[in-house]
Amino acid sequence: MQYLVSVIHDSTELATADEMAAIDVFNDRLQAEGHWVFAAGLGSPSTATVIDNRGGEAVFTDGPFVESKEYLAGFWIMEAADLDVALKLAAEGSKACNRKVEVRPLLGE
Amino acid sequence: MSQIDVGEAITRAHHEEWARVVAALTRRFGDLDIAEEAAAEAFATAVGRWPADGVPPNPGAWLTTTANRKAIDRIRRENNRDDKQKEAQLLYDDDPPGPLGVIEDDRLRLIFTCCHPALAMETRMALTLRMVGGLAVPEIARAFLVQETAVGQRITRAKAKIKAARIPYRVPCAEDLPARISGVLAVLYLVFNEGYLATGPDTDPVRHDLIAEAIRLTRLIRALMPEDGEAAGLLALMLLTEARRTARVSASGELVTLDEQDRGTWDAALIAEGHRLVRERLAARVAPGRYQILAAISAVHTSARDVRATDWSQVVALYDHLVRLDPSPIIALNRAIAVAELDGPEVALAAVDRLEDKLAGYHAYHATRADLLRRLGRSQKSRAAYDKAIELAGNTAETASLTRRRDQLA
Repeated sequence: MQYLVSVIHDSTELATADEMAAIDVFNDRLQAEGHWVFAAGLGSPSTATVIDNRGGEAVFTDGPFVESKEYLAGFWIMEAADLDVALKLAAEGSKACNRKVEVRPLLGE
Repeated sequence: MSQIDVGEAITRAHHEEWARVVAALTRRFGDLDIAEEAAAEAFATAVGRWPADGVPPNPGAWLTTTANRKAIDRIRRENNRDDKQKEAQLLYDDDPPGPLGVIEDDRLRLIFTCCHPALAMETRMALTLRMVGGLAVPEIARAFLVQETAVGQRITRAKAKIKAARIPYRVPCAEDLPARISGVLAVLYLVFNEGYLATGPDTDPVRHDLIAEAIRLTRLIRALMPEDGEAAGLLALMLLTEARRTARVSASGELVTLDEQDRGTWDAALIAEGHRLVRERLAARVAPGRYQILAAISAVHTSARDVRATDWSQVVALYDHLVRLDPSPIIALNRAIAVAELDGPEVALAAVDRLEDKLAGYHAYHATRADLLRRLGRSQKSRAAYDKAIELAGNTAETASLTRRRDQLA
């Protein structure tokens, strides 16, 4: 079962050197223990472009699809047997990156 | 067998077997929704059949077998709508689970799943009452004074989340167990408290259905986890509180405080059972948690012939212990009430006034101040505090009691 662990942040400051080091340690552990699928940090919301091609002609809009105080700063995709395992990993991830995280299951087997 | 006997047999089977049936089916089919629906159908079948066929010699086995058949029927129906996965699920674990150790009881898995920390507290309460307690959705809605549809949706969403996010169906590992048990006990204590001091202007001051259910489920946890001190403590606390139930509300519907209660009407059997549990925990010589301490305080109160005979120094000592575990202002407020009996209202009032920042919106803070001010002869200030307490109190019996006390001021 795979889970998306979103990193939620409320300022545009990037991770500090200490936070980056802690994230690296955590990522190494995810890989060693077979939980790692993918992870990435994201550029700030102001770098986003929204595309709507439902009408046949793609419309591009500057900025994120929703303005909010908190935004997605990065994510992990983790492999975990069940939510208890995912929550434990996410709690450690939150500590490592020093930010709130949200856990959501990916659909499908 | 008369109709009445059959009715009683069905009620008893519902109390004793509901959680077992839901738990066993959840384990077999891996789906709370299927288990709940099949269990409900099995009980409905019993209501239809037992009056004519007679009560089966082993009602639990009959209900489980019937529910299993209902579940398989439903899965076959859904398989016809092309769901190969469930067919595969049917192929394994086809045997009924064998005799299991205490900790392996399926009902315990069910309780831990329903009280999972990834669910909102209100959801945990509703789900536990439905899945473990067997209460119907309208009963839960009535108990919490919310719309039936809201309860139904809450339970449906919870079942969907449990399935989609894969909340596991198992007893947590030893490392996580203490935190998770305290989560379960917190759910049961909230259910009990909602019954004990129901809020809402038009509701009965005491909801016996919720109290009875909370005690029944706590007894179950206690039976399933006899080594857990806090489960014993919570059960003792509930029993010692429930023992005073009839004395707590007067004939005119007014809340009667501990000092004015007719102690002769307390339930001696419940008190004896509660005291036995408290003694058992004392003998265990393990540092007690908050429920055990609260139960011990209750035991001191229920050991006293009257309020004067109460060992107040013991009560204050227990509160001191509790404050160290749980520095919440509400515990500090209750400690101050005991201090008033030991060191006088002046000392207690000073302690209560220090809590103003944190408790200014809590009716019991103002009610306590009002009482202490009254005892100090400061009627005007006492009246103002009663007014504030009445304004904030949500329980009808409590409002009545506060109003009478205010109106009796000089």
